[in-house]
Amino acid sequence: MKLKFAMTLGVAVMVLAAACGGGQPEEVAPVPNQDSIAAEQARRDSLAREQARRDSIARARRLEEESIRREREEAVRMERELTEAVLAILMTHVNFDFDRSSIRPGGDTEVLEMKLAVLQANAGLEVVIVGNADERGSDEYNMALGMRRALSAKKWLTDRGIAPNRVAVRSMGEEDPVDPRSNEEAWAKNRRDEFAVVVGGDVLILPPGM
Amino acid sequence: MTRLCRAARSVLTLAVAALVLTAAPLAAQDPPIEQGVRIGITYTPGLRPGMLVLGGARGVVLDSVRAILQRDLRYSDRFEMITLPGGDSLFLGSAGAFVNHSLYAALGASFAVAIRADADTATAQVTLYDVRGETARRTIALVLKPLDDPDFRMSVHRVADDIVRAASGEPGSAATRLLFIQRGRLRRVDFDGADVATISPFGVAAFSPAWAPGGDQIVYTELSEGWGRLVVGDPLGDVFLPVPETEGLLNYAAAFSPDGALVAFARSGDEGTEVYTYNLARDCCLQRLTVGRFSDNLSPTFSPDGRRIAFVSTRAGLPQIYVMAADGTGQELFAPFDYGVTGSSLAPEWSPDGTRIAFHRDVVGSPQVFIMDARSRMVRQLTSAGRNEDPTWAPDGRHIAFISSRTGRRQIWVIDVETGRVRQLTQAGDTRLPAWSPRIPESTNP
Repeated sequence: MKLKFAMTLGVAVMVLAAACGGGQPEEVAPVPNQDSIAAEQARRDSLAREQARRDSIARARRLEEESIRREREEAVRMERELTEAVLAILMTHVNFDFDRSSIRPGGDTEVLEMKLAVLQANAGLEVVIVGNADERGSDEYNMALGMRRALSAKKWLTDRGIAPNRVAVRSMGEEDPVDPRSNEEAWAKNRRDEFAVVVGGDVLILPPGM
Repeated sequence: MTRLCRAARSVLTLAVAALVLTAAPLAAQDPPIEQGVRIGITYTPGLRPGMLVLGGARGVVLDSVRAILQRDLRYSDRFEMITLPGGDSLFLGSAGAFVNHSLYAALGASFAVAIRADADTATAQVTLYDVRGETARRTIALVLKPLDDPDFRMSVHRVADDIVRAASGEPGSAATRLLFIQRGRLRRVDFDGADVATISPFGVAAFSPAWAPGGDQIVYTELSEGWGRLVVGDPLGDVFLPVPETEGLLNYAAAFSPDGALVAFARSGDEGTEVYTYNLARDCCLQRLTVGRFSDNLSPTFSPDGRRIAFVSTRAGLPQIYVMAADGTGQELFAPFDYGVTGSSLAPEWSPDGTRIAFHRDVVGSPQVFIMDARSRMVRQLTSAGRNEDPTWAPDGRHIAFISSRTGRRQIWVIDVETGRVRQLTQAGDTRLPAWSPRIPESTNP
């Protein structure tokens, strides 16, 4: 019995060796008998095991790829969230007093300081500042006043080292109110600089410490 | 009230009948009133000559001609329009050659206008009578166009202007239009408030329109994303061509030179806001006229001789009115102001005769329309009710259109500079930046 088993194993190993040998011709045409059936069974078992092993490896690889992809997506999502956070800093309005274009100390200066940090952290970023006025005052004068407000913020940034060619200026005068009402609250909101990205806004780095 | 009117009307009819009966003998005497006949009309003769538009043959077209003429002559503010209650003036017939000068004189008229239609030729003869001199001063032929003809109203306005000139020696301003901005669209309206139409295409924000001297071209700014280019074209057409070298920059507040060759405008950019000219006739030669550095210069307006440009500058802090030669030299303060007291002064426009400049100036936080004598530089405030801004001269040099919020919403109003009389021109929506045309030439009407 032991011998028979050993023989079967021997045949199986031979068969396996032949199978794994890759290209070696099979010289003995087996005659179906008890042993060969067992050997065939063993060969099938062995193939199944091999298949299982391969499946396992593929599964592991798939999982790994999935995990890498998820990590990459997570990174992209983080990057996008960061970019959006940076853009939110850029989009914050700078507001002005009536018929004035000077940068007010306090909140408006803090807003500009954050924008300055963003421009410093993102060397490829170029922006446009669009100045706006409230509906009071002459329509044509308000166009000039809006430009004066955009230039005022631009000067604040370039005085602190930002290259002038990274900051474009435009004016919408009183033509583009964010609040169309005619009261103090609306006028205060409408007297503003708006910032927009010209180039380099796809991926933005959050400045250190923010 | 109705009874009173009826009573007044019957008194008047009797009086007119009595006068007509006695008119022939009265005509021989001077003055006719001495006969003791009293006319029951509550008309007090003022400094202005009385004007009577006579009735005559009826008809839809003729009635409209009469109504438009009557209103144009009233809007000229040069005459005391004599209207009889209940439309009795319609019965003061002018059929045939019979003209009852003494009757018109008794009614207070210095001038009478008769409209006689010739059905065969579809024309009308509009005659202005000098009632005191008992002569026909001027007869104008009017081609009677159908009411729905786009030029119908303008053709009557032209006759009204001819009558104003023949009667007063001064130009009228009936055959004119105004441009204005309403919710971002450039629109136009006839001087009497009729025929409102949109000029600028949908989706384009229009700004600061102005007329070329001939009245056949206009310029305005097309705003987009904080940029503004100037475009020039026919106000009745739909083709507007950009002024070269104004693309991709913010240009506005354009004004033509009196010869139509130059367009002056404000440009806002990295240098602030400065006045430039571009030579449209030679299609070249962009020239910068002001150098502000820390101040803004804008809203140029040529003197009618083309030699000077008035403009707004913030060089003294608040915006005020300055003047320079048309080449930019000799810049100086134009409208005097008290530093720290006088409010912002903006939107100057030189009068067609060159003697005055209209502008608006902040008075206790509200803009008001002022005029300044160009020679003496004496300044006079014209308005006080509500916010009144952006004045623009009529070609008669006597009327100014401006934006007023006196009824709540910003509308175009017209003021007679001589008398201070005002009328509202537009009725609906928020109107801004009016520009009054020169007399509209016949050829540009469709």
